[in-house]
Amino acid sequence: MSIATVFEIALAVVVLGLAIWTIAVPDTYSATVGFIAYGLLVALIWVRLDAVDVALTEAAIGGGLGGVVLLGAAARLRGTEAMTMERPSLIVRLSAAALSASIAAALAVAILLPPNPAPTLAPDVVSNAGATGMANPVTNVLMAFRAMDTMLEKVVLLLAIVGVWSLASDQAWGGRPGPRHQADPNGVLAFLARLLPPAGIVVGIYILWTGADHPGGAFQGGAVLASMWLLVIMAGLVDTPPVRSRWLRLVLVAGPGLFLVVGLGGLCFGSAFLAYPAAFAKPLILSIEAAMLLTIATTLGLLLAGAPERSAER
Amino acid sequence: MSAVTVFGLYAAAAVGLGLYGLITTPQPLRKIIAFNLLGSGVFLLFGIVGRRGAAAGFGNDPVPQALVITGVVVAFSATALAIALLLRLFQIAGSTTLNSRAAASPRSDPSGN
Repeated sequence: MSIATVFEIALAVVVLGLAIWTIAVPDTYSATVGFIAYGLLVALIWVRLDAVDVALTEAAIGGGLGGVVLLGAAARLRGTEAMTMERPSLIVRLSAAALSASIAAALAVAILLPPNPAPTLAPDVVSNAGATGMANPVTNVLMAFRAMDTMLEKVVLLLAIVGVWSLASDQAWGGRPGPRHQADPNGVLAFLARLLPPAGIVVGIYILWTGADHPGGAFQGGAVLASMWLLVIMAGLVDTPPVRSRWLRLVLVAGPGLFLVVGLGGLCFGSAFLAYPAAFAKPLILSIEAAMLLTIATTLGLLLAGAPERSAER
Repeated sequence: MSAVTVFGLYAAAAVGLGLYGLITTPQPLRKIIAFNLLGSGVFLLFGIVGRRGAAAGFGNDPVPQALVITGVVVAFSATALAIALLLRLFQIAGSTTLNSRAAASPRSDPSGN
């Protein structure tokens, strides 16, 4: 048994332990903290599976931003925990355990007895890689070969933010999301919120740029930019923007809008919807990605900020 | 045992654990966490499929990777929407129970809505 295998087994055991802890621990706050640690360790599994693009996404969005949104909710709901302690009956728990165990066993059988040879689309990705002028195969799939998925996913992000905003009460309609954060202006948080964003913004844009040829891309870069924005908001240096503001809404539709325009252009001047002309494929994809970076960063930040709670004047 | 087998068995266990937590935990926030755990198991199964499909010089088939990246972002936005719904329920009803008998006497909303 090699060192790498020992490491993999140890990693799987630790992650499994964290997963059990997340489900079994009585305190919700502890479960949330366990889930954040879990998200970061799962990113390591993705690195071991040679999927660095997914590892970056999982660490930034699954572990980082997802952790922030869960922690915020757990802190606000902490007082209600005593009220909702009723447990389901023993029969429900036993049948749930039987159902879950049989599904897990069926999946384990599928893992242990896989089809041979393994299905793969990698050769197709390689043979078409020259069409876009980019060397990162995952970016090629996301932005060209399966561009429809990515465009519709932008629409899902937009629908999610519309759903969150529609939960505002009448007084706060169109107002600013979340509470106004106050922090000690000479404290560590305010210091970090001044120190980190210049570097973080450069890193976010770099991740987008390098995504053409190396692991990275608009999602990962957008998550970094969103976390920088949230840091500045949480330190109280800036307030969240009122959701009725026009520039904010323009930024939110910029990514899917440009994607749609380029897609329709392919329908008019090319062979099919979202067919990029070969000569302009890379500039077109890069400009869509730049618009997507802005949209993703703004959407992720606003999803974390939550529903509008204050009118815009305050 | 290869990485595919080790992490594949773990992914199967994560799906089972997440499903169990989703059914049995009473608190909605815990259900959201359990659902995310289930989702992470499904994503890892995609990663295993991609790892087995490693060919043409790639360590992992790029197509499942791209699908998982899309899936992670969609799962995050669904989680954020679910949490916004939960916080709104707490704001209006004063509790987050999903039990209809316990929630029969809603408190009036302090924001007058």
